[in-house]
Amino acid sequence: MTNIPILKERKKQIYHKGEGVFDLTCDTKSLAGSISQRACVFCGSRVVLYPIADALHLIHGPIGCASYTWDIRGALSSGPELHRMSFSTDLRERDIIFGGEKKLYASLVQLIDTYRPNAAFVYCTCIIGIIGDDVDSVCKRATEEKGIPVLPVHSEGFKGTKKDGYKAACESLSMLVGTGSVENIGRYAINIMGEFNIAGEAWTIKEYYENMGLEVVAVFTGDGRVENIKRSHGASLNVVQCSGSILRLAQIMEEKYGIPYIRVSYFGIEDMSKALYDVAAHFKDNPGIMKKTKEIVRNEIDAIYPDLLRYKKALSGKKAAIYVGGAFKAFSMIKALRSLGIDVVLAGSQTGNKDDYEVLRDMCDEGTVILDDANPLELSKYCIEKGADLFVGGVKERPIAYKLGIGFCDHNHERKISLAGYSGMINLAKEVYSSVLSPVWKFAPQRMIS
Amino acid sequence: MKTREKIEYKATSNACKLCSPLGASFVFRGIERSIPLLHGSQGCSTYIRRYLISHFNEPVDIACSNFTEETAIFGGGANLKLAVENIIKQYNPELIGIATTCLSETIGEDVSLILKGYNKKNFDENFPEIVSVSTPSFSGTHIDGFHGAVRAVVDSIAVKKKISTKQINIFPGMLSPADLRHLKEIVSDFSTNYVMLPDYSDTFDGPLWTEYQEIPEGGAKIEKIAFMGDAVASIEFGRVLSGEESAGKMLESRFNVPCHSLGFPIGINETDAFFKALENITGKPVPEKYVKDRGRLIDSYADGHKYVFDARAVVYGEEDLVTGLASFLSEVGIIPIICASGGESGLLRQKILDIIPDAEKIGIRIIESADFVEIGEEARKIDPDFFIGNSKGYKIAREMKKPLIRAGFPIHDRLGGARIVHVGYRGAQQLFDTISNTIIATRQEASPVGYTYM
Repeated sequence: MTNIPILKERKKQIYHKGEGVFDLTCDTKSLAGSISQRACVFCGSRVVLYPIADALHLIHGPIGCASYTWDIRGALSSGPELHRMSFSTDLRERDIIFGGEKKLYASLVQLIDTYRPNAAFVYCTCIIGIIGDDVDSVCKRATEEKGIPVLPVHSEGFKGTKKDGYKAACESLSMLVGTGSVENIGRYAINIMGEFNIAGEAWTIKEYYENMGLEVVAVFTGDGRVENIKRSHGASLNVVQCSGSILRLAQIMEEKYGIPYIRVSYFGIEDMSKALYDVAAHFKDNPGIMKKTKEIVRNEIDAIYPDLLRYKKALSGKKAAIYVGGAFKAFSMIKALRSLGIDVVLAGSQTGNKDDYEVLRDMCDEGTVILDDANPLELSKYCIEKGADLFVGGVKERPIAYKLGIGFCDHNHERKISLAGYSGMINLAKEVYSSVLSPVWKFAPQRMIS
Repeated sequence: MKTREKIEYKATSNACKLCSPLGASFVFRGIERSIPLLHGSQGCSTYIRRYLISHFNEPVDIACSNFTEETAIFGGGANLKLAVENIIKQYNPELIGIATTCLSETIGEDVSLILKGYNKKNFDENFPEIVSVSTPSFSGTHIDGFHGAVRAVVDSIAVKKKISTKQINIFPGMLSPADLRHLKEIVSDFSTNYVMLPDYSDTFDGPLWTEYQEIPEGGAKIEKIAFMGDAVASIEFGRVLSGEESAGKMLESRFNVPCHSLGFPIGINETDAFFKALENITGKPVPEKYVKDRGRLIDSYADGHKYVFDARAVVYGEEDLVTGLASFLSEVGIIPIICASGGESGLLRQKILDIIPDAEKIGIRIIESADFVEIGEEARKIDPDFFIGNSKGYKIAREMKKPLIRAGFPIHDRLGGARIVHVGYRGAQQLFDTISNTIIATRQEASPVGYTYM
């Protein structure tokens, strides 16, 4: 046990499986003073749109928001890399007093002329609404004058949680969708949604689908291109990964264009295979697709299975803590880690909803701690109490794990290693193995006492 | 000639600066049992935490009052107090350092008014000290947040108790934890009674733990900060800071504590001035070990002088760091051909000229309020030998196929940013060896022969 106290208000967001009635509070704003691992609305929008590589991403506000999000995702592009630049209107005191519209307009003109993007996104940060800037009309004017779509993203940081930022991004994207030609798009065409091409993951997934005989119209938003997004309404199925981030857009496209969507995950053998099978099942009228899918799955699994067994042998019986942004990723990770013989003793997310946590509860073993919107104290407390050997999370969780002598696997957007698909499963195993079994932990004081 | 108006209406591309609450967070982490609290959106604290964690590889707990839409309309008083209460419950701090953000400043929050009557005096002994600083990110940069927080801490805690303490106050500026450790070693070799503010040498660079440390051990002691008004002298580093309202100057005007305003002690010239100040304050001579450090450093300057002479460096970062590095580089014969900072004091040019009077004649370009796109454009015009600064210059260095010598903050693409020593003879030694060897390695690799000797 540790001496770390849990705040009264936070107790409702923590559940020990097997103890009492399950009634986890979630989908709420973070508690003031509890050091949440969440970011803000702006962050939600920024991460969704970030990988669109031929668009200008202009952050309207004082400098911080742009500085902290400069080149922070491992989202690769096969061509232009405009997304790796950081642009800000860098509002100063006088702009706060007199308004930032002029500066926004001037910045847009200057940047569009310099970089010739195919679209521009203008992210509103906290103070934009408060100082009364009419960003929509500045964007409209720039659209007319510059001949490219200039889209406002209403992502003021305090107006909700990261999830609201996802929605704001989806709404901006929906303004692009449907503005391109759908000529030459075939019957078996899909959009890959909620895949951000971290370390080239979207390319791996795209290849699977293409080998199944499908056409990929657009990827939202990994290695994203404005032109593909514009014509994405020509697809006949939206395949949505990543629980919250892009679901809103899939819903809009269903309402507006009648495109159905299915939800999938590409992490771990089980979910990866299910994703391909589910997509194949959607195109029932073409049995050839399912046939090819079965072949692909078999070949891919055969290729990695011997290695996987080797890792499993080394890792069996180890215990893991998972704390990620979206709950969907947590589901996949539980399964993926189980396939490596690792038990999950802590599972949580920043943005899960009621349904997500019910699934999570059903998946977890007795005694597992389930957390919503956790803070470093809670994470460290339960890692120690549950004897975790591994922590799966993002950069902010990494030092918590290391300080306590616990191995770590980065599963967030900054990573440089592909963890999706079948090859990604082997990378995951390698990552986990190289941290959990490192000899350095024998010097860690926390490991010596436990 | 650009008009001022036009300059102001330019977008900032790949900024060479951060927002001011980040600087304040540095300071509040550098006080014993203290925790920073940002009065703003959840993202403010999370982004700053992530930025600091990627550099220090340490847990960085920064609290937030967590604005919502209602807060933005009706004011953040309730949220701020709730945050303070929750921090006390979980972290039990001795000091909570509150920094505002662009959001709370824009809606006109008056933190000191909100907190009126909400302090130690009205509660009990265990109630923490609360210090607040105004750090709107639309005015100044992270370095202004840093110095503003130092000033706010001194302003609210330091008094004159009329006790003879012989204490020396050190205001180091924004240096690495290893720098702070080295400065403490130096000062303590002259006098055991000193206080350094901030002192994050342990809190940002500590060992592994057996249990999560709510607030890592270390930091400037609040009792010592309270004695600052009785100190025999203050030493503060930063030639640019010397042109501004500073904590050291506040102590001088308020309590007659003499303030020695020095440059960042990088290189022999600036470090000599620091040792001289310590000699003057304590009346003690420079300890033998530093005389020897200095001797070895000069010996290495002799060994390496030819390799570095007339090499041209692009230097960027905070204004005082750039000024300090420029002083070091020029004393060994390297031309800091571009001196750039996102800082906005308007003093950089003059401070570089103070150190290198013929800077303009030899073609040194001094760029104030710079961003990395501008730095890149200028660098491409002059084909420099290397870059020296934080890791955000890597993109340009990579495009130009020039080496980047990492210094300052942030170092996000290498281990050990916290362990870089810039200051003192030892820091100069580390810098000189790294730079010389980088130049030698570049020549060695380019050589068709590949000699195994120099």
